Amino acid sequence: MTQSERIAPSATVPARRFDAAGILPWAVFALLAAVPLIAPHFGLEYYVGFVRHMLIVAIAATSLNVILGYGGMVALGHAGFVGVGAYAAVALVEAGVGSAWLAWGGALAAGAVFAALTGAVSLRTRGVYFLMITLAFAQMLYYLAVSLRTYGGDDGYGLYTPLSLGWLDGVHGDVFYWVVLALAALVFALASRLAVSRFGHALMGIRDNETRMAALGYPVYRIKLAAFTGAGALAGLAGGLLASHNAFVSPSLMHWTESATLLVMVVLGGRGRRWGAPLGVAIWYTLAEVLKINTEYWHWPLGLMLLLVVFLAPRGVAALFERRRGEG
Amino acid sequence: MDAIFIFEQLLNGLGYGLMLFLLAAGLTLVFGIMDTMNLAHGSLYMAGAYIAAKVHEASGSFVGAVAVAIALTVLVAAVVEVLVIRRLYARDHLAQVLATFGLILIADDAVRAIWGPSPILAPTPAALAGPVQLLPELPYPAYRLVLLGAGLAVAVGLYVLVNHTRTGMLVRAGASNRVMAEYMGVRVGRVFSFVFALGAALAALAGALMGPIGAVQIGMGEAILIPALVVIVIGGIGSVRGAFVAALLVGLVDTAGRAFLPPALRAVLPPSLAADLGPALAGIAMYVLMAAVLAFKPAGLFPARA
Amino acid sequence: MPMLKRAALAAALCTAFAAQAADSVKVGIALDISGPFAALGAESRDGFDLAIEKLGGKLGGLPAEVVKTDFGGSPEQAVQLVQRYLQREKIDFFTGPIASNSALAVGPALFAAKVPFISSNPGPSPYAGKQCNPYFFGQYQNDTYDEAAGKLANEKGYKNMVIVAPNYPAGKDHLNGFKRLYKGALKDEIYTKVGQIDYAAEIAQIRAAKPDAVFFFLPGAMGINFVKQFVGGGLKDIPLVAPGFSADQDVIQAVGEPMLGLYNTAHWTHDLQIPANAEFVAAFRKKYDGRYPTVYAAMAYDTIMAIDAAVRDVGGRIEDRAAVAAALAKPSFQSVRGEFAYGRNHYPVQNYYLRVVDKDAEGKLTNKLVGTVLEKHQDAYVGECGM
Repeated sequence: MTQSERIAPSATVPARRFDAAGILPWAVFALLAAVPLIAPHFGLEYYVGFVRHMLIVAIAATSLNVILGYGGMVALGHAGFVGVGAYAAVALVEAGVGSAWLAWGGALAAGAVFAALTGAVSLRTRGVYFLMITLAFAQMLYYLAVSLRTYGGDDGYGLYTPLSLGWLDGVHGDVFYWVVLALAALVFALASRLAVSRFGHALMGIRDNETRMAALGYPVYRIKLAAFTGAGALAGLAGGLLASHNAFVSPSLMHWTESATLLVMVVLGGRGRRWGAPLGVAIWYTLAEVLKINTEYWHWPLGLMLLLVVFLAPRGVAALFERRRGEG
Repeated sequence: MDAIFIFEQLLNGLGYGLMLFLLAAGLTLVFGIMDTMNLAHGSLYMAGAYIAAKVHEASGSFVGAVAVAIALTVLVAAVVEVLVIRRLYARDHLAQVLATFGLILIADDAVRAIWGPSPILAPTPAALAGPVQLLPELPYPAYRLVLLGAGLAVAVGLYVLVNHTRTGMLVRAGASNRVMAEYMGVRVGRVFSFVFALGAALAALAGALMGPIGAVQIGMGEAILIPALVVIVIGGIGSVRGAFVAALLVGLVDTAGRAFLPPALRAVLPPSLAADLGPALAGIAMYVLMAAVLAFKPAGLFPARA
Repeated sequence: MPMLKRAALAAALCTAFAAQAADSVKVGIALDISGPFAALGAESRDGFDLAIEKLGGKLGGLPAEVVKTDFGGSPEQAVQLVQRYLQREKIDFFTGPIASNSALAVGPALFAAKVPFISSNPGPSPYAGKQCNPYFFGQYQNDTYDEAAGKLANEKGYKNMVIVAPNYPAGKDHLNGFKRLYKGALKDEIYTKVGQIDYAAEIAQIRAAKPDAVFFFLPGAMGINFVKQFVGGGLKDIPLVAPGFSADQDVIQAVGEPMLGLYNTAHWTHDLQIPANAEFVAAFRKKYDGRYPTVYAAMAYDTIMAIDAAVRDVGGRIEDRAAVAAALAKPSFQSVRGEFAYGRNHYPVQNYYLRVVDKDAEGKLTNKLVGTVLEKHQDAYVGECGM
């Protein structure tokens, strides 16, 4: 039995189309766009950075959701792509690049190239073997980054001068936030579009029955590799953004627990669901933040939540949400 | 570099391989036979190590400590099986990953609350604390010989159990076709519970035995879980024989990488480059091995399922 | 603990309504109590708690608010936490991280906000040299422990040594620190995998090299694994030398007997005969079940005492950040390490001691002071500091 066959077919249907579906993303977008304008009036400046961080992680999680949810590829090396992107940005800065757009473009390209190369090998395997081989490539990167003196090794690398956004610099103190929001919205729209596109349908078809799709004449391997490469590119972009956000890059970005956390957030939110990735990221980060402020023992409640989700909301939180909406 | 040195390093490689096998054996049983991905296997390993260390310190008996560790860990595992794992058998791997990742988070906090955040003392039994003279030029840690022996015994024991006993037959029947086996009167649920308990016992044994040569602390399970997963994947999930061969292979490659790669590179490359490259390559040797094996044999060396 | 936190929370709520009067001091502590440095982070926390308790919850006469949040040893999480401390909590002082990478990650934001960062442990070389900053204060520079160990190796007459460290730049820095003062020959330099469990291959190499002694820098679990396996492998006749962090109480209690006789160097030890130290050690052992404090606990305690003194020295006017930094640079408190002065890079000029693992009167394993290795020693990077 392969992994792809075990996913319930009902999870494959793209997000149900309810009337609010068209408005909801715009409402969320408008709300998020207003954060930097409203927060300072309540002394909540900190949450601008906090939301920005979540948006960047949501980009990485959304890219994972594409290959995991639509493509049925359970990858445990996604943090590797994020790390490649972050280090690519750092390498460009080290080489004298001052433009954020160039650095992020480089991050995106590096993520794509690394995903294409490792995907070409990894996609020969299935299920748990695929999971482990993607983990292996991420671990190799981790150990290389730890020992790489040029970029600080284990100590990490600080980006002490902020990158330039071109003519956007100086427009507003929080312009970086809106750039991130715009990119996150773009990625979200792309992923939503993908779910109803021919490519997306082919990908979901492969997830549900690879043999049949191959018999129908679909280039199965190439479709999977294309999706994997695209996801790697977006994760790389998230890595580049993360480097700018933290003004710092370290190998801990690529630790396997980071890959596991990304996976956990996507499944928590609802894999293959339109809102799955952003919702999972928002729940995980908000809960972790609240718990950490209040107790030293902040891990076990998160663990308990995962157990509850597995048993009470097996298709993720987004599925609960959609079902209720559908009924109402 | 003389022959004895090379022989010693080979022995070290086998020793490390058998240590990995101790943990991988339980993992591959649960994973392969029940098709259940249990990331919390490392937490059972940690439980075994902590209990054994504490009982050993209090009672002075190492054998007794190992026995108590196994018994208590199996008890904990039985509770976890009834509450959580049993409900995961029919679910997909992702649900299993999610739930058992949750268990890891809970287990780590629980251990921190009970025994504190610092690593604890896990003494080597006095009789085995020193080296024995294997060859005139070759002292070898006595305790490591115990680990070697335990690894081999577990390998043989599992082979016999799975392939040559009635229990093993039921286990294989339940694994290959659960529904059919149930029609034939096999109580698969009970068989799976037995396999999970056995896996927990092996994890506890591994933890209890590894304590005296390693740090007993929170996170120790996760640190060794990844190499153990690498082992069972290279070997082919569910194949005890595969796990055994792969464990030895990983042990040898990892040890050889650390022992021979840096001097070899120093001989052919400029010193500064060799100093950077050697340890870096040795560090990822295990992963390169796995990627290479899977590139050519996508289901591992000994695929258990067709 | 929870009570202290609740009190801090209550205090925080009160000040939220009491407008801007600088009537309290807010210290942000980044706790490092889960993840790879959990044991050391817990030691630090105990040191902080003890100091604040001793000062009756006041710093320099002003009520103290202490915010403590765990960041799990991840530099990225540390960055996020510091943003919260700066923007939401508006802290006056920062301390807490255990590892150099987290300290390096959070520095720029703190320096930009002119919030003094009194490190309770890491002393990364960039902050001692090129990136030195008026708002950073170290307790010791990382390499100085190794330099002391190198000098010690000379004094012991070790002619041939093997040195071991994990394969990352910090590991190489530590070995370079050792080599700076060590005059003998090196038979081998071994770099191990980060997080390595099995050291049989390295131990075989050491046995083959037959050195006079072995110097190792292997923090945390790596050091525990290494020493246990080193002694088990029958090499206990080869002396081990280590910087203090590889042989502190946390490692000693986890390894046990194999640690006996291990030489290590540090700028503080619990049996240092100084009134402030005796008082600290006694109070610590009373509060924490007879446990000996580690360097991490001692320096956390010192950090709070330094803040206390600085707040008093500026007469409570902590909004004047430059004055606070200047006060911190001239420590006027009784340090548990004895007398020390800051160099211009804000790293101490101080003594380094030789300790050996031995048994105390009750038969407990612990470090004992042997003597002074380096007197009034300054780090090697101060020349690069433009401050």
